[in-house]
Amino acid sequence: MDTGIAGEVRVGKRDSYGGFLKTHFRDYGMLLSLLAIMAFFQVVTGGTLLKPLNLTNLVLQNSYIVIMALGMLLVIVSGHIDLSVGSIVGFIGGLAAVLMVKFNLHFIPTILVCLFVGGIIGAIQGYWVAFLKVPSFIVTLAGMLVFKGLQLSLLGGQSVGPFPPTFQKLSSGFIPDFVAGGAINVTALSLGVAVTAALVYLGYRTRVNQQKHAVETAPFGFFLFKYTLLAILLVGFSYLLATYRGLPNVLVIMFALVALYAFVTNRTTIGRRIYALGGNEKAAKLSGIKTERLTFLTFVNMGVLAALAGLIFAARLNTATPKAGLGFELDVIAACFIGGASAYGGVGKVTGAVIGAFVMGVMNNGMSILGIGIDYQQVIKGLVLLAAVTLDVYNKRK
Amino acid sequence: MTAILEMRGITKTFPGVNALDNVSLAVRAGEIHALVGENGAGKSTLMKVLSGVYPYGTYSGAIVFEGEERRFRGIADSEKLGIIIIHQELALVPLLSIAENIFLGNEQASYGIIDWSLAYARTRDLLERVGLKESPDTLVTDLGVGKQQLVEIAKALSKKVKLLILDEPTASLNEKDSDALLALLLQFKAQGISSILISHKLNEISKVADSITVLRDGSTVETLDCREEAVSEDRIIRGMVGRALEDRYPKRESHVGKTIFSVENWSAYHPVHADRQMVKDVSLHIRRGEIVGIAGLMGAGRTEFAMSLFGRTYGQRISGRVLLHGREIDVGTVSRAVANGIAYVTEDRKTYGLVLDEPIVRNVTLAHLEGVSKNLVIDEIQELAVANDYRSRLRIRSANVFQEAVNLSGGNQQKVVLSKWLFADPEILILDEPTRGIDVGAKYEIYTIVNNLAEAGKGILLISSEMPELLGMCDRIYVMNEGALIGEFSAAEASQEKIMQAIVKSGRR
Repeated sequence: MDTGIAGEVRVGKRDSYGGFLKTHFRDYGMLLSLLAIMAFFQVVTGGTLLKPLNLTNLVLQNSYIVIMALGMLLVIVSGHIDLSVGSIVGFIGGLAAVLMVKFNLHFIPTILVCLFVGGIIGAIQGYWVAFLKVPSFIVTLAGMLVFKGLQLSLLGGQSVGPFPPTFQKLSSGFIPDFVAGGAINVTALSLGVAVTAALVYLGYRTRVNQQKHAVETAPFGFFLFKYTLLAILLVGFSYLLATYRGLPNVLVIMFALVALYAFVTNRTTIGRRIYALGGNEKAAKLSGIKTERLTFLTFVNMGVLAALAGLIFAARLNTATPKAGLGFELDVIAACFIGGASAYGGVGKVTGAVIGAFVMGVMNNGMSILGIGIDYQQVIKGLVLLAAVTLDVYNKRK
Repeated sequence: MTAILEMRGITKTFPGVNALDNVSLAVRAGEIHALVGENGAGKSTLMKVLSGVYPYGTYSGAIVFEGEERRFRGIADSEKLGIIIIHQELALVPLLSIAENIFLGNEQASYGIIDWSLAYARTRDLLERVGLKESPDTLVTDLGVGKQQLVEIAKALSKKVKLLILDEPTASLNEKDSDALLALLLQFKAQGISSILISHKLNEISKVADSITVLRDGSTVETLDCREEAVSEDRIIRGMVGRALEDRYPKRESHVGKTIFSVENWSAYHPVHADRQMVKDVSLHIRRGEIVGIAGLMGAGRTEFAMSLFGRTYGQRISGRVLLHGREIDVGTVSRAVANGIAYVTEDRKTYGLVLDEPIVRNVTLAHLEGVSKNLVIDEIQELAVANDYRSRLRIRSANVFQEAVNLSGGNQQKVVLSKWLFADPEILILDEPTRGIDVGAKYEIYTIVNNLAEAGKGILLISSEMPELLGMCDRIYVMNEGALIGEFSAAEASQEKIMQAIVKSGRR
């Protein structure tokens, strides 16, 4: 999922494995810890974790966290925080329910209205943070209370549902198989292979291009290892899904968004400017970057993504409940920090946030399978967050 | 006299770099010992070894203080023995009072309860010793930099200092405050306190130093004794750069053309106190290929003028006209000012110039990302080529362009900032104290870059508090005082005396 260049260019010495490992410890360490955690739960759950049914559930359960983590990463990189996303999820879910169930609005205009309202919420909070210069912690803490309250009042304290089946497809639907009838979903498998091939091709092309321009690249062994691992994971993942019901719609949405945001942060001017803004706001401003507008936009973006997550979550439960969204902001923020984002701004990667979200997700899922109570689950998750960030800080100080 | 401090064969390596290589330093009791060297020569590293920031075991060699070998595990150990370091970036808490700052971590307390009357009384004594006439309960944030420096020194005195280390103490002080500080050092010397003075201002060093140790590329070059005969600035420079620097300002044939840039009746008011006019009706012009200086004392309003001009980044109620090639241009936001050909190299490069945690390459292209992108997508290969080009043209010393700006020396950081603005390709470049805190060799390189820009037909506005720099570089010098331009001299008629006279006269009005 990494678009390649940024990750590989920053190498101290050409073809030095030790030196490369040192400088990229964080990038690969994260991925390896996720794999280790998955392997651990695969063993202790007696193979349940990677069963096709469970894997599909894992994706469905974590999609909204991943989607919000994309927006949160930008907010955190720009030097802010958004505590209101959980409440927005609940509020938008409630709004969608009221529109569809009480007013019988069709699901397409409902989705559009909800995304728009999410954007407006982000814009209001963003305006307060960017232009009125009220600390984001305060603004979004207020937003958290306000939208939680609006969610309750909208739903009248009751669950509202069920939704039209077409809307539920957003979350529980699967991409239809073009070659119907087989034991394996051919569409899912071939899409998985195609995406893998595209990623390997892009990575290879970037590498060749870099070498042509005498840019120092990762040692070839690493390159080979990284992409072999990537290929095994992606193809294996799509194979497992293919043996169940294929690709969930939500996985496709999520994958497209992750690719988009990875590209935006790594390769576009707006992404670059967000990093500069978070790294040194004054210098960014004096370099001609419209820092206020950029901050404002990161919050608008966050609002839209939180609204999307709200829709997906509501569709998954097939009802809007007064408790929906409760505490989601903590998982989302934790995902970003586990993924290596800096609390001081200016540092963080999309791939890191996604991996962070899956670390949380696999642990949630694995511990639930093992029947560990919600009490100890929280303790363990908290400790993992602390350990990941401590490692980060320690690693940086060296 | 015996040595109070001897550092023998200090070697300190960082991954890949030999920061200090077998450095020796001997400071006699009761002397002022100057430590000079280009940026990156290892002065700060050496002082960090001495003060215990790099604890025993992370370096090799021996530190002998007052006749005994010392193994400091941290700053607390060295402070206990009376070795106190005052860093260039002052370590005061702005919103605490002078008294609270002086006794921070060393509170006048018994069983955790602070005796404020004792603290205030002792603060008053200390302030008297350093000649600072302020009440002990004044907040540090309300003091100017010069006075803050004195508070730091008072804090050092409160800890029974035996060896005072000052890192660039006068870098941000005006002449009067600098002189007062140096006088204070001489007074301490009379009281038997030794000091190590790190400074780039060689005239100050020749004024007060008893001996001078020169570092170059992490090694001791020589120690000069100033007690028998005075050591000339040229002699010191030769040691620092390893060659005689014939002229501190590179020669330039000036080819001044027609007026390309002018500012008319520019005024700006204080951002908080709306009735305080900080820039008063300033009108000036710059010709093609001309280097124009603005002289003035600290706080004369030069930076405020430049920043209000550059995208209104300072002040409010700004009025006036800016013309480029005879046409009025919009400088209302930074991006429009840049688009219209103005660039401003800020005074404080770390706070306003660089994204310190980002690599050189990203800093270089930051102000002009359009130059390396197509449809918002950055071409990283092209970006890299641009950064490498500036790195070699401006001779930025770094392993490669992926090195983070924070790890560069001051001179190289300034070159990165300059690269950023050169890449934006402005017609008018405003330089605000471009060589502050930069060593002699790097200064020369920066001057050469500026001269080349003028040669290429750009207009340069050079704001500097170092008068020799203005006199050595400029075709024309404006003098500013209290927000207004009060004089203008051509290179031929300008002199340090005339400029000072103009300032003093206008102040008397």
